[in-house]
Amino acid sequence: MKSTNKRVIPGFGVNFSLTIIMLSLVVLMPLCSIIIYTSHISFSEFVKIVTDARVMASYGVTLETALIAALVNGVMGLIVAWVLVRYDFPFKSFVNSVIELPFALPTAVAGISLAYLTSRHGIVGQFAGLFGIKIAYTRLGMIVALIFVGFPFVVRTLQPVLEKIDHAYEEAAEMLGADEGYTFRHVLLPEIFPALVSGVTMSFARGIGEYGAVVFIAGNQPFKTEITAILVMSKLQSFDYASATAIALVMLAMSFLILFLNAFIQSKESVKATI
Amino acid sequence: MKFLKYIVTCFVMMASLSGCQKTQKLSITNVSYDPTRELYSAYNKQFIHYYQKTYHQAVTVVQSHGGSGKQALEVDNGLKGDVVSLAVQSDVDTLMKSGLIKQGYMHHYPHQSAPYTSTIVFLVRKGNPKKIHDWQDLTKKNVGVITPNPKTSGGARWNYLAAWYAFEKQGLRVTQIKKQMKALYHNVLVLDSGSRASTTTFCENGEGDVLITWENEAYLTMKENPGDYEMIIPSASILCQPTVALVDEVVKEKGTRKVANVYIKHLYSASAQRLIAQNYYRPVNQTIYQKQRATHQSHTIKKLTKCWIVDDLSMTTIEHFGGWAKATKVHFQDGGYFDEIYK
Repeated sequence: MKSTNKRVIPGFGVNFSLTIIMLSLVVLMPLCSIIIYTSHISFSEFVKIVTDARVMASYGVTLETALIAALVNGVMGLIVAWVLVRYDFPFKSFVNSVIELPFALPTAVAGISLAYLTSRHGIVGQFAGLFGIKIAYTRLGMIVALIFVGFPFVVRTLQPVLEKIDHAYEEAAEMLGADEGYTFRHVLLPEIFPALVSGVTMSFARGIGEYGAVVFIAGNQPFKTEITAILVMSKLQSFDYASATAIALVMLAMSFLILFLNAFIQSKESVKATI
Repeated sequence: MKFLKYIVTCFVMMASLSGCQKTQKLSITNVSYDPTRELYSAYNKQFIHYYQKTYHQAVTVVQSHGGSGKQALEVDNGLKGDVVSLAVQSDVDTLMKSGLIKQGYMHHYPHQSAPYTSTIVFLVRKGNPKKIHDWQDLTKKNVGVITPNPKTSGGARWNYLAAWYAFEKQGLRVTQIKKQMKALYHNVLVLDSGSRASTTTFCENGEGDVLITWENEAYLTMKENPGDYEMIIPSASILCQPTVALVDEVVKEKGTRKVANVYIKHLYSASAQRLIAQNYYRPVNQTIYQKQRATHQSHTIKKLTKCWIVDDLSMTTIEHFGGWAKATKVHFQDGGYFDEIYK
């Protein structure tokens, strides 16, 4: 009886090679082309392009707005996921499906409608104007757009984890005399923390790469509201492929670093969980 | 045997049908920049009618619009445009450099392949609350300016050069002009990627006090929002010559050279030139131009139906900047004057 090696899909060799082929075709090859294009220029030129003051400022703008949006999404996403998992209310499945709208909607559509809504003539913009707050064409507007596109990541990573948590843990904590805050911090949070971190980092990574939603609401002023993706586009449009890919390479490295950190935290957490 | 016959007939029918489709479905694509959308949708109707009447063949014309630089990039990357009608000659030049268009295309059609011209003007809100009358006023504090990004938009390059010329005309030296340009672009609130996006930012989203834009775009905006905006004609501007060209590689591949050639040539015909004037572009046909100018009475939109060409401003041309190749190199390339402004 050779039951130990029985798997639903047989053949590690075939599967693994298919995995590698797909990954190479879909992910690695397009990314390699960036590196190949960049290799046309010398290292000193590369450094000069990617450390240009305007480009540096754009990294700052991109990272800052994406980070703030990701953190807001972390807090708001946790609350929304919590409500969706723990409570029953009418139209729950409708609300649940609305969450994913930012995934389905072309981001440019989101950008245009957000810009219209939050501009001086828009309903939200008019209201905010009463308090002297400008949303569209400022960093605030960019953050709003990035919150929109990153929101589903947090909710959708937290939901399954929250569903798995047994009410018995909270009951036990209560029986042992823990108050609500203590229960949340020491019983619930450790369980959901890895998923929360994963959702926030994904939202952050998405925010760094976002173009369509931001370009319409950003105002695109150099040093103020110009994101790195816009610079890549404008270099491309002046047929400066080498500079465009050089900056793209930096963005690629940034996203990879974030996702790598995410994976690292995840693996550490899972080790902790097994101990 | 009967079965075989049946199959053969089927094949013959299919072949003849597909052959029919090929000759019947004659279609060309005109890749253009933003504010020509209305002009070309009117012109295409006229052209389709004209082509049917003259050559007894139905033709469809597909329109594609966007920032001029972006459109050139898309054609370069494989968008099958039979005809390009871009905002600046330098964008067509890039297609020539990559081999899609033959050298010397500028002389294939009259007036350096520019069947219509325009100029750069300002659009302000009703009553001109910020008292904007000339380029100098755009450098003042608390004036919000809307203009697209010259790195991506052809219209924006004309805007930039018009401003440069206006300051130059005041007798300023290059360093002083740069200072003025810096003050002007410091006032720019939103740097959109194309002219139409800038118009949306200014009109729909209510941003800024003044929009620097094409003359035709300004008139069109006033026509669509009667009474909301005023046009300001600065003392100096530039004669904008958008370039039309045949994309040789594409027409060769698609076999559409004849129809695309007629498409461009017909732009110079009297009926098309009148249509061009009706869409607030300046016709190159001098008779029609003079006719427009003669009926000229006022800059206000109310009296604008026939007469709108303004000529009490001093207009320079791209030749003043040494042609597009030089102007691009000096002003818009990486590290050029435009980048210096934002340093």
